[in-house]
Order: sequence, then C-alpha cells, then structure tokens
Amino acid sequence: MMTELPKLKIAEARDALRKGELTSAELTEACLNAIEGAGALNAFVHKTPQIAQEQAAAADDRLKAGGAPDLCGIPLGIKDLFCTKGVASQAASRILEGFRPEYESTVTRQLFDAGAVMLGKLNMDEFAMGSSNETSTYGNAVNPWKVDDRQLTPGGSSGGSAAAVAADLCLGATGTDTGGSIRQPAAFTGITGIKPTYGRCSRWGIVAFASSLDQAGPMAKDVRDAAILLRAMCGHDPMDSTSADLAVPDFEAMLTGDIKGKTIGIPREYRMDGMPDEIDALWTRGREMLQDAGAKIVDISLPHTKYALPAYYVIAPAEASSNLARYDGVRYGHRAKLSQGDGIVEMYEKTRAEGFGEEVKRRVMVGTYVLSAGFYDAYYNRARKVRTLIKKDFEDAFDAGIDAILTPATPSAAFGLGEMTEADPVAMYLNDVFTVTVNLAGLPGISVPAGLDKQGLPLGLQLIGRPWDEGDLLNTAYALERSAGFVAKPSKWW
Amino acid sequence: MLDLSYEPPKPKVIAGAKHDWELVIGMEVHAQVASQAKLFSGASTRFGAEPNSNVSFVDAAMPGMLPVINEFCIEQAVRTGLGLKAQINLVSAFDRKNYFYPDLPQGYQISQLYHPLVGEGEILVDMEPGIARLVRIERIHVEQDAGKSIHDMDPAMSFVDLNRTGVALMEIVSRPDIRGPEEAAAYVTKLRQILRYLCTCDGNMQNGNLRADVNVSVCRPGQYEKYQETQDFSHLGTRCEIKNMNSMRFIQAAIDYEARRQIALLEGGGSVVQETRLYDPDKGETRSMRSKEEAHDYRYFPCPDLLPLEIEQGWVDDIAASLPELPDEKKARFVTEFGLSEYDANVLTAETVNAAYFESVVREAGDGKLAANWVINELFGRLKKEDHGIDESPVTPAQLAGIIRLIKSDAISGKIAKDLFEIVYTEGGDPEVIVEERGMKQVTDTGAIETAVDEIIAANPAQVEKAKQNPKLAGWFVGQVMKATGGKANPKAVNQIVSAKLGL
Repeated sequence: MMTELPKLKIAEARDALRKGELTSAELTEACLNAIEGAGALNAFVHKTPQIAQEQAAAADDRLKAGGAPDLCGIPLGIKDLFCTKGVASQAASRILEGFRPEYESTVTRQLFDAGAVMLGKLNMDEFAMGSSNETSTYGNAVNPWKVDDRQLTPGGSSGGSAAAVAADLCLGATGTDTGGSIRQPAAFTGITGIKPTYGRCSRWGIVAFASSLDQAGPMAKDVRDAAILLRAMCGHDPMDSTSADLAVPDFEAMLTGDIKGKTIGIPREYRMDGMPDEIDALWTRGREMLQDAGAKIVDISLPHTKYALPAYYVIAPAEASSNLARYDGVRYGHRAKLSQGDGIVEMYEKTRAEGFGEEVKRRVMVGTYVLSAGFYDAYYNRARKVRTLIKKDFEDAFDAGIDAILTPATPSAAFGLGEMTEADPVAMYLNDVFTVTVNLAGLPGISVPAGLDKQGLPLGLQLIGRPWDEGDLLNTAYALERSAGFVAKPSKWW
Repeated sequence: MLDLSYEPPKPKVIAGAKHDWELVIGMEVHAQVASQAKLFSGASTRFGAEPNSNVSFVDAAMPGMLPVINEFCIEQAVRTGLGLKAQINLVSAFDRKNYFYPDLPQGYQISQLYHPLVGEGEILVDMEPGIARLVRIERIHVEQDAGKSIHDMDPAMSFVDLNRTGVALMEIVSRPDIRGPEEAAAYVTKLRQILRYLCTCDGNMQNGNLRADVNVSVCRPGQYEKYQETQDFSHLGTRCEIKNMNSMRFIQAAIDYEARRQIALLEGGGSVVQETRLYDPDKGETRSMRSKEEAHDYRYFPCPDLLPLEIEQGWVDDIAASLPELPDEKKARFVTEFGLSEYDANVLTAETVNAAYFESVVREAGDGKLAANWVINELFGRLKKEDHGIDESPVTPAQLAGIIRLIKSDAISGKIAKDLFEIVYTEGGDPEVIVEERGMKQVTDTGAIETAVDEIIAANPAQVEKAKQNPKLAGWFVGQVMKATGGKANPKAVNQIVSAKLGL
C-alpha cells in the first residue's frame, strides 16, 4: 500500500484525504520513502522531510476541521529556482552555495497557504539555462524512462520536477518555463505541464533568468491535476509589477471535455525540415483526435516562426546577463578565495568564474555582447522587433477565430545523457524550437503526453491558447488527453 | 501676473595668451526626491541611520526580488517637472544601466534613458536685478541612487553601506546654456530654490541630497551664437564632465580651473580629450577619472521587471493645480504688490519661510517697503548674528508688525524702534505694551515740545544769536530738545518748532 500511495493523482488524493480514507502524514511518508529509494534519479537535491512532516500534520488538522483547500495535505516537489524560506535555494548553481533565503516566493507561499506539503527542492539546469538538466551543479537528474541501459535526460530546465512526477516521487511539482522549460521535460517524461500566460503567476521570489519570459507553472500527472495546481499557483501579486490583476477561475470546473465548435489551428511553419516522421505522425494523430472530439481543424500560418529561436537566444541571454550581475560574491553565496593583492575586480572575476557553469557563462557573454554599444540595434533591438511580429502572428490567428493551436512539444523524444556534450550548443537550443514562440508572445502553452515512439519513449503535443484563457486551453488539453488515452508509465529500475 | 523684464548676462570671457575664450556649460543635477520611502523597495530613506539598517531584500538585490514603483516618488518628479514648466510624458519607461560595483548590489541602476518622465522645461537664473539667464532643461529622469563604499575603516577591507541604495533621485539635465562659473552656481541656487519651494527635494548639499555633474567646454567668441542658431554642437569645443560636486564654491572653482586648463591646452596646440574628471578641492584642480575610451559600456536596455509607466493627464492636472506659488511669480508679485525693489524681493523670496514671514508682517502692518526693511535689515541681521534661521526667530510676525505700526503712527521714532526691537527680541512681549509701560512713546504734543524749546532758548541767549546768523546751528537746539525729552520727542515736530521760535 505504502508504495502505491505516491502514484495517486492530486485529485484522487484530495478526495481520499477529504473523506478521511487517507492522511497527509501517510501520503507524505510514502513520498519521502519513494524519494529515499530514488537517489539514482537525482531529482530531489535538497530534501525537507522535517518540514514535510510538520506541514502534513498541520494539513491533517485542517482536513479534519473541514473546508480545506484542494491542495491541503498534497505532497509536492519544488523546483530549486523558487526561493523557499530557510531552505537551500540555489537555482542549481554553485554561485548560490549555502544560500537560504529569508523569504518565501509568492507561488510557494500560496501553495503552502493552501496546505501543500513540501518534500524538497528539485534538480534543474543551472539558472534554468539548459534543455537536459546537465548544466546543474548537482549533476543531472535522470529520466525514469529508459531504453535498454541507456540513461536519458528528463529534459530541462525543470528536469528534476519532471523526473520526480513521472517516477511518482511526489504528486505534483512546480516548474518554470522561459523557453520551454516546463513543456519540454513534461513531454520527455510523459507528464503534463502548463506554462500560463505571462503575468499569471507572480515572479516574486523566483530566481530570475529572463524576466520578460519567465513564468512559473505546474508539472502534473494529468490535465486535471495541472488545473488544480495552477489555480493555487497563480493570482495577482502587487510585489510583481508584471503580474496581472485578474480573477483566477476554477480551472478544474472548466474541464468538461467538450470542445465541439472549437477551432484548432495547425501552423504550417512548425513543420520543420528533418522533423522525425514519428513526430509528424503524432501531430497528425493529435489533429485527428481533436477533430473526432468535435473541433474544427484549420491550417494556419505564423509567418515569423523561423525567427523565433534566434530572437529568443538574443533576448533571453541579454536579460540574463543583467539579472545575473547580482551574483558577485559581495553579499551572499559563493565568494572565491582571494590571493594577496587581489582587489574587487579579481574578486568578481574569480567568484563568477568559479560560481557559474559553462552554459551560464556562455549566455552571460552572449547577453553582454548583444547589449553592448554598437551591437544593441543589430541584435537586441532587432530581436525585440521580431518578438513583436511573432506576437502579432498569434494575435492575427486568434482574431481570425482560432481557439487553440496544436504543435508538437519537442522535435524528438528524450535523448541520451551526455549525447549532446560535444555538440554545438545550438543543437541543444533546437530543443526549444516549438516552445520559445509561446514565451516570446507571452501566451499560455501546455504539453500533453500523446503517445510513445518506436523505442517506447513518451512524446508530447503542445496546445497554445489565447492569453488569459488557460481554462479553455486546459479543457482542450483535457479533450486531447481523453482521446489520446496515454497511460504508459516507466518501469521502475531505480 | 506681471513678469519682470530682464536682460541676459554677458558670457564670462577668459583672456588666453593668444585671444579671448568663452565658456559653455551644461549641468546634470542629481536631486534626491523628498520621500519617506525608496523608489522601488519601500525601505526608509532616513539619513544618518545605522549603516545597512534601511535595507530591504530588494535593495540588497536578493535573488528573485522585484522592484515596484513608489507612486509618491513619481508624483514628486512630476511636480518638479511642472515647477520647471516642463513637458510631462504620460508614458515613460525604466531602463537598466549595467555596471559592477559593490555599492550597486543589483549590478545595474534602474534609470530612464530612452523615455524619461519629464521632457523640456526651463529655469530663469537670476544674476542681479534685471539680469537673468533663461536656461533650457532637456529632461528629468527618475533613477535609483547607489550605496556607499567605505574604504578608510580598515587597511585590508572595504565596507558597503546600502542605506542609500535605491533612494529615488531626479536627474535634471540642462542644455549647454550656462555661460560662466557664477551662472553655474546661480543655476544650482535657483534650481535648489525651486525644488525647496515644491518640497520635492530638501536641497541639502552637505548630505549629498543635491549634487551636480558639470560639463565644461570653451570656444572662441561667436561660436556659441552659431550653436544657438543651428543647435549643432560642432560649433562648440570638446567637453569634459566634472563629476559629483556638492558645493557652490567648488562648482565655481572647478569650472574656472577646468576652463583655464582647456584654454592652455588649446593655445599650446593640443586638444581637449572628452573625459570624466574629478575636482580635488584641496589642490583646487580637476584630474582625469576616466577617458572616453575607458568609459563604461552601460549596456542600457528596458528593465523587464517594470512595465512602461503610464500616468493620466487628470492626475498631472491635479498635481499642477496643487503647485505652490513659485519663486519667479512670488518675486514679481512682491515687486508689483508691495512696491519692493527687485533686490529686496529676491532676498525675501529666497526661501518660502522668509517670504511667508514677510507676508504675515505686511498683512498686519500694511506698509510693504517698511516691512521689507525691517525684515531684511533688522530681523535677518539680528538672526544672522546668532546664526539662527527664521524658524528660530524669537520675534513673531505679529510682534514685528506691532513695532512697524508704532513707527507708522509716529508713536515711536526709528531710533526708539530699534531699541524696542531689541527688547522684543531678547525679552519678548507686546510692543505696544512695552512702549506704554516703559514710557518710550514719542512726544508729539506740540505744547510740551514748545515748552521745552522755550526753556532752552531762554537758557541759551548767546546760542540764539549765533543761530540767527547761521541757521545751520538750529540743529544744536533740536539736539538739546531731544536730550531733554529723552529722545522721545517727534524729531519732525521739534525741527518745525525750533525753526519757528528762532524765526528762521
């Protein structure tokens, strides 16, 4: 029984907790045991069993009193990018070694206020920069899905979150998504992940990567769980000037599965050269499934799509180069040991050289370059213009009556760990080709597992929705999920 | 309202070894916004607090912290813009200026490069009565201040105090319309006066709440006029920027030194290198801080943590409606309404508290010119002697008005009035009561004066004879009468009666 509990979905656990068939203490203990046994996945990098037990006990009291929120007593994993009060929060970087914030991020505070239980902090790419979780200072997380003896990436940057949810170490997890960091790992691990509209979730207390693109979102076992988690995570926060002052609907209540009369767009520009047949086939299947569910399918054009990836890899590093300037060894985190005669410049250089990994350094340098005098207009300003055009492409599509857009989530299934080490960094960046447009346009996007490839690895489809209409998007995803009937699970090897 | 007419001052001309040179000066003044809380963090701005006690997580740039605009600081900057008759931009935006320094925890300063809150305005810089320079303001933007690095507490370490980090500043940028060191100081003085009128900056230069970067170049006479016609900077010389000055005296000395340095360079066949310089008040010279080549590349870009700042015209109008009377208007009104000289009006309007004191006196005493004399000469003089401000004056406007009323009604003479003022200043009390109780009232009773004159004429026949020969000696009789009456006789009446009795 104990080993079965972590396999529960949030909705199932919620109902059982409310009925008194289960206590949060039992559920939490089962998750903690599962985590203890899953060291090989390297998903949890800071475990917080004591906090979890205390929160579970408090949740059980609240459940007994009745009227507890959906997430009361639900054990979750938290991406290391979220600042959690008194708990190591390192963004998987050596430069934040030993950093324990004195504050709680708005998103995690909202989750804990709703009674959620924190099991620990989850692995990720350093500062959320990466698509394989291999840039983490803790070493990479491992995908619970495996082909023979080949260890696979869980994707990135929210690789630890994806691995933990897919391996049933927790019932759900938080992720963040700057260019696909929720959706790509969700697709690689056969789970559901939604990046809400930019401004839905407060960024306060989340370590910044690229401020105009970063959004938090849930990673869950199905669409319903994603809806439940999202509702608790989002909402207006006066501490984040970019947070939207909009009411948060009951997303779960909007899951009817009825998409009759909806119009789904299929963007022709997403059919990339050299796209694997399997991905193409899955996309076609997705289109048929939505059609069978009563939606109208139309081919659409998003003409500026091909410029999205280059624009993203200018804008995101530009913002990152500035956002990461605060990691200077002066006030917190890692500070290099200095030699006699070293001054402030040596302290900066040595601290940042030791504290940041290669990918972070690469992006800081690219970002510094594209913002520098003489190159600003050629790169950063041009990228901003491209961004406006990409946003306009989507607006035109929605104005023409499109309710959601269906695309593949990733250009491939999960690849092997270490396989990209020697490759051109751009090859890794291509992982984001279907997802970055959504961040550039600030739209909500969801990745839903839709099938397995020939090797038996999960593949995901992405749905992109109208801004602020996550409810409708989740419902379309729900319809797709029901049609796809994806129930495969990785077989336990860890 | 009547504007006072004025002529522009002559530009300062420095005679070089070969020929004459003129100065061209533009200023960037950093004024700390008068606000209880910082620009983006809500932390206190109190000066003189324990180091690092006014520091929020945002100020310390902890991971994941975000700025939120303090609306009051924006209101203060808008008020300042309106006070400088400037364009208020309903849409402005914040940018990041990136550079590394330990007192800049974020690694960037949030400022407004591309879209400032306030656009073009102007300041009328008074030099002397009837002489003033209209200096154009290019822009005012709002930005964060940095913290303070302390290098002299420990031989091996430096310390950082972040109390000032994130405090709101207004950077007020002028056009190069200032033409000499005195004008530059007068510009800062006038700007400071306006800011203090508006209550948007306390103007405390000692605490660094108002500091100026000065751009100086020199050119041959005639070049500046070409620039004014075309707005083409190529008619002007290469400028150097002297950073961070917080004293009027240093501003003047630094400009003078810098201009002469540039002239010597140019006349010696060299050229001026565009660079940032620092003024060393101990040595009285400027020295290079960094050249254009070494200048930081600040990598400005729009701050993604803040949405563009949009304000409504109605809000701006409300602020405009609440503006106080500003120095130029007040001065003009004092001249036209109270008949004051421009000089006196200048003195009285330098600070609003002075002007308010003066107006209270006038309200009760009536006579503007007399009130101005008494406030400026007697009261200010006396306060200055004790190094007191007007807010510390022991004499209230009502008391001073009482003294003035006694003078106007001929109850006391000007000389007695000064004694009375001293009594009121040191002991307090109602001037009328004091005059009554201490018998200081002027004798205007002609009968009493006649008696005294008669007595003195009778006692001094020889003097009478002399006076008849030489009417100038009548003054001796007047003096005797004043002496006999303890100085209380109305001098005018005494003069008339003495003249009549002596038959002059």
